[in-house]
Amino acid sequence: MATVAPTAPGYAGMRAVDVIIEWLSTTDHKKIGLLYIFTALGFALVGGAFSLVMRTELAQTGTIIGDETYNQLFTMHGSIMLFLFILPVAAGFMNYIVPLQIGAPDMAFPRMNALSYWMFAFGGIMMVSSFAFSGGSASAGWTSYPPVASNTGANAQPLGAGTDLWLVGVVILGAASTAGAINFLTTIFKLRAPGMTMFRLPLFTWTTLVTSFLVLLATPVLASALIMLFVDRNGAGGAFFDPTGQGGQVLLWQNLFWFYSHPAVYIMILPPMGVVSEIIPVFSRKPLFGYRSMVLAIVGIGLLGFIVWAHHMFTTGGVFLPFFMASTFLIAVPTGVKFFNWISTMFRGAVTLPTAMLFAIGFLMLFLIGGITGVFHAAVPVDFHLHDTYFVVSHLHYVLATGAAFGILAAVYFWFPKMIGRLLNEGLGKLHFWSAFIGANMLFWPQLMLGLDGMPRRINDYAPYGGWELMNLISTVGAFVVAAGMIPFLFNILYSWKYGEEAGDDPWEANTLEWATSSPPPAHNFDRLIPVKSERPLFDHRMVESGTGAGSASATQPAAAQDG
Amino acid sequence: MATQTRPMPQTPFLRRIFVGDEPMTVGLWGMVFFIFSELMFFSGLIAAYLALREDAVVWAPTNGGHVLGADFRPVFFTILLVLSSIPMQWAAMAIRQGKRRQLRWGLFLTLFLGIAFIINTGVEWATLDFGIGDGPYGATFYILTGFHGAHVIGGLIFIFTLWLRTYLGHFDAERNTAVEAASMYWHFVDVVWILVFSLLFLA
Repeated sequence: MATVAPTAPGYAGMRAVDVIIEWLSTTDHKKIGLLYIFTALGFALVGGAFSLVMRTELAQTGTIIGDETYNQLFTMHGSIMLFLFILPVAAGFMNYIVPLQIGAPDMAFPRMNALSYWMFAFGGIMMVSSFAFSGGSASAGWTSYPPVASNTGANAQPLGAGTDLWLVGVVILGAASTAGAINFLTTIFKLRAPGMTMFRLPLFTWTTLVTSFLVLLATPVLASALIMLFVDRNGAGGAFFDPTGQGGQVLLWQNLFWFYSHPAVYIMILPPMGVVSEIIPVFSRKPLFGYRSMVLAIVGIGLLGFIVWAHHMFTTGGVFLPFFMASTFLIAVPTGVKFFNWISTMFRGAVTLPTAMLFAIGFLMLFLIGGITGVFHAAVPVDFHLHDTYFVVSHLHYVLATGAAFGILAAVYFWFPKMIGRLLNEGLGKLHFWSAFIGANMLFWPQLMLGLDGMPRRINDYAPYGGWELMNLISTVGAFVVAAGMIPFLFNILYSWKYGEEAGDDPWEANTLEWATSSPPPAHNFDRLIPVKSERPLFDHRMVESGTGAGSASATQPAAAQDG
Repeated sequence: MATQTRPMPQTPFLRRIFVGDEPMTVGLWGMVFFIFSELMFFSGLIAAYLALREDAVVWAPTNGGHVLGADFRPVFFTILLVLSSIPMQWAAMAIRQGKRRQLRWGLFLTLFLGIAFIINTGVEWATLDFGIGDGPYGATFYILTGFHGAHVIGGLIFIFTLWLRTYLGHFDAERNTAVEAASMYWHFVDVVWILVFSLLFLA
C-alpha cells in the first residue's frame, strides 16, 4: 500500500463490480464529494433541457406545448436547479475541499456524510420521478404557493400526486442538507489542523461555515412548512394554508417558505463567493485584500439573511414594508465590501487569465448585475411595478445562473486538477467561458427589458402586438448559445480525465492546504502537514522551501501582518 | 499534578452538569447542532400554531376540543415526562464515573416514564372527539403532539439501544458520548413538551 503512488487510480487489479461497490459504500469525503458533484451535474442537464424547451416555446407567440406541461416544466426547472443542482454541487465541493483546506483526515461524521448523499440522491429521484404519475409533476412553481398547491376549497383542478412527491422529496433533501450542515459545522469547529485558527481559515471554508449555519437554522423551518402543506393536502383539508377551506392562511405558507428560501439564496451564493475569494488571490499573485473584512462581510450577509425574507411578499399587503425594505438595502453593504476586496485584490496584481479566473471575473461582472437589480426589487415602489415580471426572472438568473453557477464552474476548472490529477484543457475551457458569458447576457439582458415592459413570468405565451417578439427571440438564441457551450465543457471533462496534462500537486501555485498534498489526495488526505502560521500556509511553505523565506521578513510579513 | 502552582480552573456549573469536566467530544458537538436544527423545526410548527390561533374567528371546535379542567391527565403525564429527565441525568452522571449498573437503572427508569407518556398520548389520540381534519385547532393539535410524540419515540429507541448496549459491556468513564448525547436529546424533548403543553393547554 505504502509504495503505491497516490496519483495512481488504484483500480488496476480490481473487478468492475468491486469498484462500483466501493463507490456505493464509500464514506470517504472525497469520493462522496465527487458523487455529489457528478449527480448534481446530471440533474443540471435535465433542468437545463427543460429551460431550452421553455425558451423554444417563448421564442415566438403562439403555443407549442400546453399550459399544463409548461407549468410542470418551469416548476421542475426551478426545483431541479435549486435543490438538485446548485445546493448539492456546492455541497460536493464543500465535502471535497473543506477537510483538505483545514488539514483534516475526513469529515467529523463520515457515515452520516454518506447518508446525506444518499438521501439527496433518493430525494432527487423521487422529485423527478413525479413525471411518471397521473397529473404529471408538481406544477405550482418551485415556491409551491397554496392555494395553487392545495387540493381543497375553491381549487377546481387540484394538483395530483406529483405535488405530494415534490413535497416529500424536498423534505428528504432538506434532511440531507441539515445533516450535511451538522457535519460541516462539527468538522470546521473540531477537526482543524494545529495552528489553523478561525482567522486563518481559507475563505471557502468560512463561507461553508456560515452557509452551514444558515442551512442548520433555516432548512428545518421549510421542512415544517412542507410537512404542514402535505398534511393539508392529505387529511387536514386545508386547515393550515387554504383560507377557502377551514380558515388556513396563505401568508403563513409564504412567511415560513421565505424564512427558509431567502437564506437559501445566501446558502447558494456564499459558497461560490468563497470559490471566487480563493481563485482571485491565486491568479493575481497577491494575498486577498482585507481578509478580516471579507470574513465579517460573510458573517454579516449570513445574519442579515435572516431578517429580509418578507421582501418576497411586498405586494401581498401583509408585511411591514419599511423594515423589510431597509434591511434588504443593508445587504448591499457587506456585498459591496466583498466586491471592493475582490477588485482591490486584482488591482496591481500580476493577473493571469486561465479559465478558472475568467469564470471568477465573469462572476464579478454578472453577479454585480444580479445584485444591483436586487436593489431595484428591494425598493418597495419599484417592486410593485416589477413584481412577477420577467425582471424578477432575469434578476434571479443573474444571481444564480451567472452568479452561483459561474462560481461553481470556476470551482470545477480550479479544483479539477486536484480531484482528478489532470488539468482541464484551456482552449476548450475558454470556448466554454465565452459562449457561457455571451450567451447568458443574450439570454437574460432582454428579459430585464421585457420585465420593465411588464411581461409576466410563468405564462407560456404573450400577445403579438406588445413588441416583445424580438427580445424573446434574442433570449432564446442566447439560451441555445449557453447550451452549445456545455458541449466543449462536457467533452473537456471526459477528455481531460484521461488525456489531460498531468497537474502535479500544486499546478496554480496556490495558497491553501488542499494543494499541499498529492493530486488526487490519498485516502487519509495528508502524509504530513506543513505548519500553519497564516491564512496562506502553502505560500509560507513555498517561501521557506525556495530559500527566500526562512525568517526573511519580506516573505512572511504580509501574511503575518494580515493576521494581526 | 502535585507540582501545579495554580488550581485547576473550575468548570462552570451548568457545563459540569451537562457535559462533565472532559472537553466536549465531536459527537456531542454534532448533537448540539442537531438540537438547534430541531428547535427551528418546532419553531416553524409553533409559529403556524400562533398565527392560525391569532386570526381564528372560532378557535376550539364546537364539541369543546381538549382542555384542562375535569381532565387532569395531561398535567399528570407532563409531570412524568419532566421527571424522566432526572433518571436520565443520573445515568449520564453515573457513567462519567464508570458506574454501569447505575447507568442501566437510570436508563430503565427513563424508558419506563417515557413509555408511560407515549402510551398516554396514544390513548388520548384514540379517545379525543376531534380529528386532524377539524379545522386549524385539530390540525395544529395533532401536528404538535404528533411531532413531539415522534421525537419521544425516537428518544426511547435511542435510550433502549443504549440500555441493550450496556449488556454488551459498552460505555465506561472514558467512552460515554452516546449516553451524554442521549441525555441532551432527552432534555430537549422535555423542554419542547413544556413549550407545546403550555401552548396547547395553558395559553
